[in-house]
Amino acid sequence: MSFMLSSALRNLPVSSAWAAGAFTRSLSCSSPFQAAAQPKTKKTLGKTGVKNVVVVEGVRIPFLQSGTTYADLMPHDLARAALQGLLTRTSVPRDVVDYIVYGTVIQEVKTSNVAREAALGAGFSDKTPAHTVTMACISSNQAMTTGVGMIAAGQCDVVVAGGVELMSDVPIRHSRKMRKTMLTLNRAKTLGQKLSLISKIRPDYFAPELPAVAEFSTSETMGHSADRLAAAFGISRLEQDEYALRSHSLAKKAQDEGLLQDVVPFKVPGKDTVTKDNGIRPSSLEQMGKLKPAFVKPYGTVTAANSSFLTDGASAMLIMSEEKALAMGYKPKAYLRDFVYVSQDPKDQLLLGPTYATPKVLEKAGLTLSDIDVFEFHEAFAGQILANLKAMDSDWFAQNYMGRKAKVGAPPLDKFNTWGGSLSLGHPFGATGCRLVITAAHRLKKEGGQYGLVAACAAGGQVMVCALRRGQEQQGWSCWGSAILPVIQTSLRHLWLPPPPLVLSLFPGAEPDPPCLSPPVRSCAEPQGPP
Amino acid sequence: MEAVPSSSRVPRAGYACRNISTSSALQNRTHVSCDIKGDVAVVRFNTPNSKVNTLSKQLSAEFTDVMNEIWANEAVKSAVLISSKPGSFIAGADLNMLEACKTAQEVTQLSQDGQKMLEKIEHSPKPVVAAISGSCLGGGLEVAIACHYRVATKDRKTVLGTPEVLLGLLPGAGGTQRLPKMVGLPAAFDMMLTGRNIRADRAKKMGLVDQLVEPLGPGVKTPEARTIEYLEEVAIGFARGLANKTVSAKRSRGLMQRLTDYAMALPFVRQQVYKTVESKVQKQTKGLYPAPLKIIEVVKTGLDQGNDAGYLIEAQSFGQLAVTKESKALMGLYHGQVHCKKNKFGTPQKEVKTLAVLGAGLMGAGIAQVSVDKGIKTILKDTTQKGLDRGQQQVYKGKVKKKSLTSFERDSILSNLMGQLDYKGFEKADMVIEAVFEDINVKHKVLKEVIPAHCIFASNTSALPISQIAAVSKRPEKVIGMHYFSPVDKMQLLEIITTDKTSQDTAASAVAVGLKQGKVVIVVKDGPGFYTTRCLGPMLSEVVRVLQEGVDPKKVDAISTAFGFPVGAATLIDEVGVDVATHVAEDLGKAFGPRFGGGSIDLFKLMVQKGFLGRKAGKGFYVYQEGVKNRSVNSGMDEILEKFRVPANPDVCSDEDIQMRLVTRFVNEAAMCLQEGILSNPVEGDIGAVFGLGFPPCLGGPFRFADSYGARQLVDKLRKYEAVYGSQFTPCQLLLDHANSPSKKFHQ
Repeated sequence: MSFMLSSALRNLPVSSAWAAGAFTRSLSCSSPFQAAAQPKTKKTLGKTGVKNVVVVEGVRIPFLQSGTTYADLMPHDLARAALQGLLTRTSVPRDVVDYIVYGTVIQEVKTSNVAREAALGAGFSDKTPAHTVTMACISSNQAMTTGVGMIAAGQCDVVVAGGVELMSDVPIRHSRKMRKTMLTLNRAKTLGQKLSLISKIRPDYFAPELPAVAEFSTSETMGHSADRLAAAFGISRLEQDEYALRSHSLAKKAQDEGLLQDVVPFKVPGKDTVTKDNGIRPSSLEQMGKLKPAFVKPYGTVTAANSSFLTDGASAMLIMSEEKALAMGYKPKAYLRDFVYVSQDPKDQLLLGPTYATPKVLEKAGLTLSDIDVFEFHEAFAGQILANLKAMDSDWFAQNYMGRKAKVGAPPLDKFNTWGGSLSLGHPFGATGCRLVITAAHRLKKEGGQYGLVAACAAGGQVMVCALRRGQEQQGWSCWGSAILPVIQTSLRHLWLPPPPLVLSLFPGAEPDPPCLSPPVRSCAEPQGPP
Repeated sequence: MEAVPSSSRVPRAGYACRNISTSSALQNRTHVSCDIKGDVAVVRFNTPNSKVNTLSKQLSAEFTDVMNEIWANEAVKSAVLISSKPGSFIAGADLNMLEACKTAQEVTQLSQDGQKMLEKIEHSPKPVVAAISGSCLGGGLEVAIACHYRVATKDRKTVLGTPEVLLGLLPGAGGTQRLPKMVGLPAAFDMMLTGRNIRADRAKKMGLVDQLVEPLGPGVKTPEARTIEYLEEVAIGFARGLANKTVSAKRSRGLMQRLTDYAMALPFVRQQVYKTVESKVQKQTKGLYPAPLKIIEVVKTGLDQGNDAGYLIEAQSFGQLAVTKESKALMGLYHGQVHCKKNKFGTPQKEVKTLAVLGAGLMGAGIAQVSVDKGIKTILKDTTQKGLDRGQQQVYKGKVKKKSLTSFERDSILSNLMGQLDYKGFEKADMVIEAVFEDINVKHKVLKEVIPAHCIFASNTSALPISQIAAVSKRPEKVIGMHYFSPVDKMQLLEIITTDKTSQDTAASAVAVGLKQGKVVIVVKDGPGFYTTRCLGPMLSEVVRVLQEGVDPKKVDAISTAFGFPVGAATLIDEVGVDVATHVAEDLGKAFGPRFGGGSIDLFKLMVQKGFLGRKAGKGFYVYQEGVKNRSVNSGMDEILEKFRVPANPDVCSDEDIQMRLVTRFVNEAAMCLQEGILSNPVEGDIGAVFGLGFPPCLGGPFRFADSYGARQLVDKLRKYEAVYGSQFTPCQLLLDHANSPSKKFHQ
């Protein structure tokens, strides 16, 4: 701690460090007034004594529907391709990387630490340690925040975080009975023992055990839960189809306009180079309307067309402490700020995490919903997104279930997933989190926004939200004022463990503009003064 | 009828529709309402000021009215029946309405009215969909199966069933005729003869409902409110689909089901089924319950002679059954059970959140088992690791068996259980229930040293007086008896014993815990043997005498089960345990003197000495072997019985006399409990005897039996036996009073 403090002090003028600290404190007590009085000021969202963590670059290989071009590969192949893409794009020297963290959901048994296998194959130094995390659909968010934690704690300077999922191939096991027989067979000494064991095998021993697509605790599949959620909020089939169509149309537009710069090409051995996501397929409402419900039959509303599809893909992201990035001559794309993990009832609120997490992270950052320029929410199901929007816009829900006085409000759609989302781009469980963050960063830059909010829901009823601030453009200090705060709220529905809410904030650096600092300082010092 | 004005405005159906809804609003209906949603009429049941909807006269009349309007309204193409109460579709017919009927004809008339109404629904040209959430029982189920389609919420609260048989009745509104066609003959018999509740998912598999709706979580309304709204939306969708023929009400049947149906269409197969079912019913009811046999007869008539004959005999049998004394007894038990599910002491000041159970034996573990799944943190304490392990395993097994639980639910329930050997955490316990062997020192030690000031100490003793246990306590107002029955998870009764010093709040707490555990609770005063043990004592003593008179244990069992006891009297002693019986018999003998005599207690003592302790030892009157169903009489007993043989007096040893000797002693002692104020009312006496001791349910309990058999006749019998055996049969004053004034009844 003292090391962190002193290093922060060493790098900053003392006065500004104090000012920023006071500023931060004042935010929490007077943020509503402040937001109303001067929207979009130069809040950096940094925190005293905590290092700034920046995103230098993020890439992903094209997300493909499972069973297509990546079908014959293994998960670490995809992860390796993403890592190589990152190396190529950033030219970061391999030995600078202190640590690698990857997220994945369905683990390939042979490569249970897929981070390490991929890193070795991608040409990272074999001296760089790597570990794999899992937290359902927010696994790569977890990888990212793990990296943020390491940097903020002063243990690392450069971390690669990412995620990978290969749904074309999942482990299918022998039945428990068969496994037990086979394991006992290993220990059998005589031929007689072996034969007697083998003779006990019955036809039902050969029935395979498929990985469950369902929540372990409730035995309910996610699609089923999504359908119930949509029904609970009264979201119609048409609304869901319209939203899905929007996602596909926007993704198509973004793809056509070349906005999806995070995609790196991947030369698949024995096949052509893949350069584009292949799940984007804008259809028509008529065609979508013809599909039968996929989960709640025959009257449900969630169909194949308004759900995210099984996807293969991988992503990777280079994050550093701000000083290190600047020292190495990188221009940060975004500052990772506050983030929050929440979890709730895995049965009825499995996919409602973003609603719970958004107000929390906004409060933590001292922002309101209207301050956010860019929203990137994980689209597990169209019905889930719409249910969350409705819940966020409901005072009743806020009061009765979230213990809040009032609703946080629904994000305006013109700022919401405007380059498509998981419904259209695809959702490789472990890799989506990084895509959301880097997309938010790119959109902030493109649209000139300051703050972004990212959210995703995950299995087990968990959610991660992360706040980002847009990165420095050219001349260091002066641009830092316009921070990018994408709050990443990831609610992973598929594969979560409930973590305690984590908050991590990074100190953004000096505040360049004294006039904008002084009013809050004063208001803090003289709380009784005239307004 | 509104039909007239609306049909005169045929071209303007929409207008007519509006007209109708206005006029119906003017009628001020209180039980049934109707909204028109597009071309679908939504009929809502809502019995005012009640948790459940019942088919009362008023509700039926309003329902008929509403349906007539719907049929007359051309803008309406289909209808949905739903309840405004999320927890109850229709819970059955209004029992008060049935009980108010004086004659069988009146009841038959009620049944026929119901049949007619439901027949109209079945043949309605506009499809009718039942949207079921909550209890759909008895008449409610009959309404549902008369509809063309059924949608039910897949909720724990949604149960379907025909519990009429449990009240000594049969489904009297066409249920006996429709159910076999809907779910097949075997399943229909199973439902109607057992009265079991069927959960929604099972009902779907059986073909009893067509669609399930999963309950919803919170949205912008409460889960309950939104779920029932959603159920309505889904049902409306199906109603519309049925009306425009995009949905078919025909169910796809599995191969097995089709084969069964085919077989059941053959008369000789049906005859076989009737025969098998009938012999099974005979075996189980010993012919003491008329309803099951009537049900078989009615179903048979319907299937063999057609609907009209079926409906007729159904209505007639319903009428006949409703006035039988069995039905009256069972209804009395039903009301008694409702009475005993209420806490007459009010809400306790402090809810029991942490419960400690001393002793992890059968009883202790059983008490823990029924507590943990109600969210009560439960400490299970024993003195040895082995005993504790056994107890924990018992709780675990009890939960595993419940197939309705997912492994996750089971795990989270079991997380409420803490097994331990020390008294750690007792300082946080709100209540301690001791279930250790009858050693007063252990109880005193815990009472004096372990428990915190606010904690209630409850003893599960079946014989030790509570006041004696309370004697050492500084806070005797916090001491109470909670007498559970083994096996705790199966036996519904809990007998709570209060002393003079027990406070109201302590009693309220104990009753609240018992009710939470799902028990039927009776509260009695302290005294030797309380109520249940005390009634059982003289009866068991008489059993021993009968055995001593040379009656074979098998014969004793046969005689007592023929009277309606679920367990034979000799077997009962084996189940209780001969050592326990000896112990109790000695205690009660000391307290009450010769009245509790009869059989020789030395016979018990010799049995104990020989190790014939009953089922737990593998030998008692019978020999118990794992996996052997037809147990044989323990030949080692011959010698013992021979040794204690007494001469039998043929005047009082016919089968009927033996039955009456057992029962009159039971009833006499029960009456004495009421006379002495141990019991506060005859209702609890009946409930305690039936649910705790297996007193024949068809007789409704000792007090109901005294009423129906006649106090005079009962006293005559007692006097007859008194002449032979002496004071053990002397009728108590209360019975004599009743015998002397025929208008006096225990149950009015």
